[in-house]
Amino acid sequence: MLETARRTPLHDLHVRAEAKMVPFAGYLMPVEYAGILKEHERVRTGCGLFDLSHMAEFRLQGPGALEFLQGLVTNDLARLSRGQALYTVICNPEGGVLDDVIAYSLPDYFLLVVNAGNRAKIAQWLRSRLPKEVTFEDESDSTALLALQGPRSEELLQKHTPLRLSDLAYYSAAATEVEGLPALVARTGYTGEDGFELYVSNGDGSTLWQKLLSDHESEGLRPCGLGARDTLRLEAGYPLYGHELGEDITPIEAGLSWVVKWDKGDFVGKESLARVKDAPPRRLIGLTLEKGIPREGYPVLLDGQPAGGVTSGTFSPTLRKGIAVAYVETPLLGKNKAVEVEIRGKPFPGSLVKLPFYRGSVKRK
Amino acid sequence: MYPEHLHYSKDHEWVSISDNIATYGITHHAQNQLGDVVFVELPQVGSVVTQFQPCGVIESVKAVSDLFAPVSGKVVEVNEKLLDHLEKINTDPYGEGWMVKVEAKDLLLQLGELLRSPDYTKMIGEGA
Repeated sequence: MLETARRTPLHDLHVRAEAKMVPFAGYLMPVEYAGILKEHERVRTGCGLFDLSHMAEFRLQGPGALEFLQGLVTNDLARLSRGQALYTVICNPEGGVLDDVIAYSLPDYFLLVVNAGNRAKIAQWLRSRLPKEVTFEDESDSTALLALQGPRSEELLQKHTPLRLSDLAYYSAAATEVEGLPALVARTGYTGEDGFELYVSNGDGSTLWQKLLSDHESEGLRPCGLGARDTLRLEAGYPLYGHELGEDITPIEAGLSWVVKWDKGDFVGKESLARVKDAPPRRLIGLTLEKGIPREGYPVLLDGQPAGGVTSGTFSPTLRKGIAVAYVETPLLGKNKAVEVEIRGKPFPGSLVKLPFYRGSVKRK
Repeated sequence: MYPEHLHYSKDHEWVSISDNIATYGITHHAQNQLGDVVFVELPQVGSVVTQFQPCGVIESVKAVSDLFAPVSGKVVEVNEKLLDHLEKINTDPYGEGWMVKVEAKDLLLQLGELLRSPDYTKMIGEGA
């Protein structure tokens, strides 16, 4: 298995830093360097640097690109000015989620950032429907993606780029230079904190990674792995494909109704989604446990009745207790329901909470 | 990393002996594999644990793992202080990170089932 795993351009730097490497979505990725709790806290209180080069980047270009993509994504790309981005899902005709992606509207093309595990599937989905006047390019193998995340990100990154970061709004991006190297700088992230994602060429990725870490070591900047990325995103209430999202789950159930725009014209899945729009059979809920740690697959009980299961659960480093999201049958939900999670055969009492579990420094529009 | 005076199980627990009392916890290798420990469930004082059978649970941020008893016996003490300082399992696994003390019978026989440091080190592939 390990022999066939792909490596990001930063792989050797991770190994040299003694990161614990694990296979993820076909890549060998760093899961932690100094420990998940430490890395998590750095991002919540200061700044951390992530290698996300496994993510896939697709470039769609041509006069028909907007219209083409509009027919495939649920959110409304026509609302974007050049330099803006949005979060959306791509659905199958049944309304199930093929992937969740970020779509950037850039001066002369659209950039779709796709989950590594869905790269081949989405490439095929797009290519097989591609009109003549639109070109599709998979730039994943030549692109490194670094994410600088945490409340101090702007202050640190500003020392390396002429772009005025205070003018870059949340979910915006600009082509500029970082350390004199061409980079697409986006104010996006998956941690609940303010931060930036830097799209650069493979070689420049290693240069920037080392430069940022060495220049800001005294300010506490450290590399962070996928372990902390997962605890950070779960606290922030963000879904993860393969857990809260999948081909048999609609964005309505997943609490992503806000990315489905009914007035934008036709798109794949629209009819199916319209049918469940007001009454999804199950819903994604958030819960906390005072004692015990909820994990993926654990049963969830409402007033003692089996109601569903945990899709992601962990110990929350910020809240110091167990947190989870779970799908439960909608009819069993209601006011004042007692929620429990079954852990190793025993029910542990919990509380239903509104997502997110934690609101960080992320700049909302 | 793997002190000479300790005995080791293939399930990655260590044991130290004082008279007929065996103290155990998890090894450096186990804590390193798990990562930051955030939850433990230890056996009740007075209960009986059986060699190589599960007697508790250890959870890190990412993983759930059984704690196996490296020796059989009656539990006479568990490390209550540990519950508020789980990080000791990672930072001091053979000291303040100890977990359980049992009163063991046939200790010599039981220890024969365990490994000494060189063999344990070889088993986990950290040999010099």
